[in-house]
Amino acid sequence: MINPFAPIGRGVLGVLAEIGRFTAFAARAAASCFAPPVFAGQLLRQCMAIGYYSLPVIGLTAVFIGAALALNIYVGGARFNAESFVPNIVVLGITRELGPVLAGLMLAGRVSAGIAAEIGTMRVTEQLDAMTTLSTDPFKFLIAPRVMAATITLPLLVVVADIIGVMGGYLVAVNSLDFNGATYLRNTFDFLENQDVILGLVKAAVFGFIIAAMGAYQGYNSSGGALGVGRATTNAVVGSIVLILALNYLITAFFVE
Amino acid sequence: MTAKLQLSGVKKKLRGRQVLDGVDLDVAAGRSLVIIGGSGQGKSVTLKCALGLMKPDAGQVLVDGADVTRMPQEIRARVMRKFGMLFQGGALFDSLSVWENIAFRLLYADNVKRADARERAIEAMRRVRLAPDFADVRPVELSGGMQKRAGLARAIIARPEILFFDEPTTGLDPITADAINDLIVEMVKELGCAAISITHDMASARKISDEIAMLHNGKIVWRGSTAALDASGNAMVAQFVAGRADGPIQAVV
Ligand SMILES: Nc1ncnc2c1ncn2[C@@H]1O[C@H](COP(=O)(O)OP(=O)(O)OP(=O)(O)O)[C@@H](O)[C@H]1O
Ligand SMILES: [Mg+2]
Repeated sequence: MINPFAPIGRGVLGVLAEIGRFTAFAARAAASCFAPPVFAGQLLRQCMAIGYYSLPVIGLTAVFIGAALALNIYVGGARFNAESFVPNIVVLGITRELGPVLAGLMLAGRVSAGIAAEIGTMRVTEQLDAMTTLSTDPFKFLIAPRVMAATITLPLLVVVADIIGVMGGYLVAVNSLDFNGATYLRNTFDFLENQDVILGLVKAAVFGFIIAAMGAYQGYNSSGGALGVGRATTNAVVGSIVLILALNYLITAFFVE
Repeated sequence: MTAKLQLSGVKKKLRGRQVLDGVDLDVAAGRSLVIIGGSGQGKSVTLKCALGLMKPDAGQVLVDGADVTRMPQEIRARVMRKFGMLFQGGALFDSLSVWENIAFRLLYADNVKRADARERAIEAMRRVRLAPDFADVRPVELSGGMQKRAGLARAIIARPEILFFDEPTTGLDPITADAINDLIVEMVKELGCAAISITHDMASARKISDEIAMLHNGKIVWRGSTAALDASGNAMVAQFVAGRADGPIQAVV
């Protein structure tokens, strides 16, 4: 007889096993960031590729989200005469939630996919094997610089996103909602607390690590030619997005308590 | 004489197929062994097991008498420094220039200064008959045969004690192929390397080998000195050397 629950059970076990494998890989990747040798040139190059070249996409995302957020809060606030809260809620929403989450999601597309494709191609063309025979550990030469660069630069990108996002809200509020510019900024900074910014930066560092580690994990374990690399890329994006959203909730809940 | 490298009883199952079914091989310093055998018989897998890139299911891989399959990672990494490998597909790093590829080990594992590493890379390029003009281009801009020679230069640059060549002359014109054969002989005779090569090119096999072994169905079915190849008395070897479609080995169509 066919047990209708068997496929569900198998699926759950499969997901748990995958989480276990990823955790072990991520732990090894993290450990290799602290063990010598450090390839400083590679780290610098990755900071540029992951951090600096993500600035345009992060900036554009932030300005539009900040602007839309201001409009929505204005409409919602107007329902109980609380329009004046726009600056407070915009800055809170951006620093605690939207800045890190949106930056994380954008980088999941840009960076996680890129890392998976690059390392995946190196796997299927035996470049990873070749590197090992040249007495160089791919974890130290390829994976550690990417993981470090993403963990360091995503918080910096989020600071930029926070500033630009608040600016987006400010522009809309001042230009089309008749707010006074000076009052808007004063309300923003008076309301903002250190812990809001810290929560956002902690999230960003965790997301940065997840994005690079997931891309590397999928690429490192890819097989089967171009098809396999394509699958690794897709899995890296989906996997890091799911993990970012789940961890976003867990980190927020932890800080709120 | 003790073997530089010895494989004994190496087994490896891949995708449910017993690719290696107890392979025994050994090669001494200053000696060159060529492995012949049909396509897909596990020649490349044998090299990967010897290098530790694949973990054998059973058996031992002894380097200077020490079993590398049961070594801790750090000690194994030190033993790996004795190896140099030319991959069948070249396996050049496409994000680096040709000279950085060739000098990779000097630059990133041996901490040689960039200027010195570059000089040695260009010297290695000359030895494999690659024009130094190509030092600064990316590997994708090289032809297939040039990529192979760049891979060869990368394998020999750090003067390893044990060299593996997976089809070193495939895709090369006969003149360059012969120069590569000479280079392999020189590495073995003058530098005292132990070499294991895979080739389908029987002329090259005769030229570069002291001994020849034939791999079939996961086992070494014949092994002997190069001079004994034509009088092997083994029907499979005779068929392979003569390149006939009819015989004990059936061509897969
Ligand atoms: N990474 C791998 N994963 C699964 N199976 C593999 C892998 N590498 C090789 N195989 C299988 O092992 C067998 C032997 O492959 P191998 O590459 O060693 O052949 P070969 O003797 O080198 O052939 P050729 O002369 O064509 O290069 C093949 O059936 C191949 O499908
Ligand atoms: Mg092969």
